[in-house]
Amino acid sequence: MGFSNKNYQLLSKIATNDQHGENSPYFDGWKAYDRDPYHPTKNPQGVIQMGLAENQLCFDLVEEWIRNNPQVSICTSEGVDQFKDIAIYQDYHGLPEFRQAVAKFMGRVRDDRVTFDPDRIVMSGGATGANETMIFCLADPGDAFLVPSPYYPAFTRDLGWRTGVQLLPVDCDSSNKFKITKSALEVAYHKAQEANINIKGLIITNPSNPLGTTLDRETLIDLVTFINEKNIHLVCDEIYAATVFRSPRLVSIAQIIEEMDCNRDLIHIVYSLSKDMGFPGFRVGIVYSYNDAVVSCARKMSSFGLVSSQTQHSLASMLSDDEFIDKFLAESSKRLANRYNKFTKGLEQVGISCLNSNAGLFLWMDLHRLLKEETKESEMALWRIIIDEVKLNVSPGSSFHCLEPGWFRVCFANMDDDTVDIALKRIRAFVSRGKDVEAPTRNKPRRMNLRLSFNSRRFEESVMSPHSPIPLSPLVRAWT
Amino acid sequence: MTLTRLSRTWEPQPEENKKTNTPTSKRTAMRVIVPLQGVVQGRGGLVLGSVIPVLFYFLQLYLKRHRNDPNDNQPEPNDPAPSTSPSSSTENLPELPGLARSLSRTLLSPRSPRVPVYVSGRVGAILKDSETPYFVGLKKVKEDPYDELVNPNGVIQLGLAENKLSLDLIKEWLAENAGKAILDGGGKRGELSMSGIASYQPSDGLMELKVAVSGFMSQVMGKAISFIPSQIVLTAGATSATEMLSFCLADTGNAFLVPTPYHPGFNRDVKWRTGVEIIPVPCRSTDNFSLSISALDRAFNQAKKRGVKVRGILISNPSNPVGNLLDRETLYSLLDFAREKNIHIVSNEIFAGSTYGSEEFVSMAEIVDLEELDRNRVHIVYGLSKDLSLPGFRVGVIYSFNEKVLAAAKNLARFSSISAPTQHLLTSMLLDTEFTQNFININRERLRRMYNEFLSGLKQLGIKCRKSNGGFYCWADMSGLIRTYSEKGELELWDKLMNVAKLNVTPGSCCHCIEPGWFSFCFTTLTEKDIPVVIERIRKISETCKSHN
Repeated sequence: MGFSNKNYQLLSKIATNDQHGENSPYFDGWKAYDRDPYHPTKNPQGVIQMGLAENQLCFDLVEEWIRNNPQVSICTSEGVDQFKDIAIYQDYHGLPEFRQAVAKFMGRVRDDRVTFDPDRIVMSGGATGANETMIFCLADPGDAFLVPSPYYPAFTRDLGWRTGVQLLPVDCDSSNKFKITKSALEVAYHKAQEANINIKGLIITNPSNPLGTTLDRETLIDLVTFINEKNIHLVCDEIYAATVFRSPRLVSIAQIIEEMDCNRDLIHIVYSLSKDMGFPGFRVGIVYSYNDAVVSCARKMSSFGLVSSQTQHSLASMLSDDEFIDKFLAESSKRLANRYNKFTKGLEQVGISCLNSNAGLFLWMDLHRLLKEETKESEMALWRIIIDEVKLNVSPGSSFHCLEPGWFRVCFANMDDDTVDIALKRIRAFVSRGKDVEAPTRNKPRRMNLRLSFNSRRFEESVMSPHSPIPLSPLVRAWT
Repeated sequence: MTLTRLSRTWEPQPEENKKTNTPTSKRTAMRVIVPLQGVVQGRGGLVLGSVIPVLFYFLQLYLKRHRNDPNDNQPEPNDPAPSTSPSSSTENLPELPGLARSLSRTLLSPRSPRVPVYVSGRVGAILKDSETPYFVGLKKVKEDPYDELVNPNGVIQLGLAENKLSLDLIKEWLAENAGKAILDGGGKRGELSMSGIASYQPSDGLMELKVAVSGFMSQVMGKAISFIPSQIVLTAGATSATEMLSFCLADTGNAFLVPTPYHPGFNRDVKWRTGVEIIPVPCRSTDNFSLSISALDRAFNQAKKRGVKVRGILISNPSNPVGNLLDRETLYSLLDFAREKNIHIVSNEIFAGSTYGSEEFVSMAEIVDLEELDRNRVHIVYGLSKDLSLPGFRVGVIYSFNEKVLAAAKNLARFSSISAPTQHLLTSMLLDTEFTQNFININRERLRRMYNEFLSGLKQLGIKCRKSNGGFYCWADMSGLIRTYSEKGELELWDKLMNVAKLNVTPGSCCHCIEPGWFSFCFTTLTEKDIPVVIERIRKISETCKSHN
């Protein structure tokens, strides 16, 4: 007994703190789904999972390919001859054919306008592991990264939990469609500097999670110029690269740095097959860096998250099958576009608009007119109703650190068409029921006020959080 | 050194810099020069201003003279760094030469035409750690691997703990049974179900595999203990299992006591990213390298005096590399010690199924089965890389009695979970207990035979080994062949074995053994035909050594 009472003293801070972030609504919604999951026949009144960015629209194509290529899983009689070499392959460099195939695929996904060097491909356990590995290589505990908001809720956990690195949001808002502006970056950077926080870099997702938009060329150039001026790193999470389903096409950071003069040692890409191919179960994450020291160090760290050699082997064959990949990518974006259109049209009918997007497995849905007032609390109240009564697990904007209340991320690629119909039906019923609710309008001056007050609060929150050892300087207080 | 570096930034960098000159680099140059001028003028005016560069010049001259490196005569040393941007080199990438240089240093060097890029502080240490003979040897094998027919003069691998002796059995099973084992895992038998393999799965492993693994662990570690599947967290390899426990049990700056000699990989697993320390606790040949509680106690007290908090003991049983088993009595006293100091025990038992001696293997799990009170402090690391000879499949196991540790480890598992198709495949393999039992028996028999043969080969050369009961290594005493009884002497011999005899063996110093001259030979990567080749190569080296001595 003595031991278990003193348990907390005897475990590490990592084991006992709650920075895994799973107490946030984003994960609450998942729990609600887990308790009462929708099933068309067994549980038709259950919660529909729309909080999980999974791409299941093209499973049939992959299934067909696997049937036609039984030899690739070294474990069938057709493929067993290769078993010996594969089974004992534990080199952290990864199978050469796997790295080559991934490099080629990464180029292919970016319309072959850039090539990737197989020797810079470093494996990691999913994008989660890849993101963390990147931070372990780039920053020390106490350092900080700027992240344009809204951003993926689990970043806090993936990037900060074990590394001790903090994330400082760069606030973006709907007035310019959540574009990342130079001035917003400068503001965030200077605030951090005045608070004596060491900024190690900037993290962006392109295509953006949760917005579903791609960054335009000008913004990317601005970002590269910014990080170059400040001599800080730029980590580009491009795990949704192949989910672009209509124009404009993706402009990868890999293209931008070919076009402009910049210090490549500062540029890093995170990639994964979880979203683009819909293979999260395969746990393939990729760290791609233009910095030799980072490549070399990340490679050594990949011992902590190696992809099973058997999976590497199968994927190498699949990704090198050009004909299949071309067909898959074309079909995938077609199906994503159809799904997107179906969803947005269905929402339009009841007057719900979404941010105009061209990529991703989700929509950024604007429900602010259903809010009682424009506050985070009101957003959470609405979200509760959506989970408990409408029975949809969507994710509230505040869990993405979005400043404006009323935005929700809705995933649409992890279900079949029938489920989509039911989800739409539920939303429509809910909205028409609530029509009499008087809705505040998003008028400009009011939002500006709101933004500013939120702005400073958001910032203090992140700076004053218990994991930040640095007290807020009086200068910052005076300034905000 | 700082001074010479500073002076270099003073020197104009003509051609090269112009090409790449950006506003950034100009500004940085100004940033350095202006304050320096300020200092000079402020303190002593013109006189001092002219004296300082002269002083710098003499200091550089002095440093140059007193350096032994003959390559350093050139006025401006060739920058060995391919990493300077903008176009980072590629051809050097796949393998950064191990001993030659440390990248982090060149990155920080002001000779780079641009401002230095600051990466994380741990990068330097990690890159340096991989320059030890253990990792250098592994690299050499990769560059020039021995093959009886194709490359008979290549490097023979005796440094990497992988077991090739019984892979034929697994291959046979797969050919017969696996068929769709991977694919139909998620659906009904014989039916391919993509959502069962491609979609998100619980990050701490599929329950089916946990059940199968716990059955296998009981099979391997003795039927007396039953392992409870819900106390298992599966991770991508024992490496990440160990790291995860290190993250859960200790904070940065805390330490684990680790009896030596220990596996070189522990430094990576326990220390690299966590900032946790290892305090080596020496075991000696006179005690047959067995664990001594009094040595643990001494190390604990010394750490306490230094103000370092010890959070646990990390042991390997069967010990890696020596091959000892810890007997019941030692395990009990270890538990007593941990209770007295109120610390954790992490028991690495990845070789539990690879025992071949007469002694009985006792798992720490069996000991705490009877000691309810102390269960919370015991954590077992297991894996399928060694006992099932499948290192490529990356299956590591944390078996813990501590609910809080399990909860935290489940959360951490998302950083390193196992690919789902592989999990389905292994589930069906491990559930075929007839196969696994047969495999364990035959594998043990083959290990025993190889061990004995290798041992007698070394014996002919007069090299004695510690008696081993498990694992893939012979722990050999070659102190008779080293010129000076020191780490230097040992590394000289390692160098000869590596570069002349072309044998990748691990010197004891890599395992933090305090007695020089011990080497570990992994014999499970060999075939029986290879043994005479290896012994012959050692003989040649030992003859030259003896003639020297």
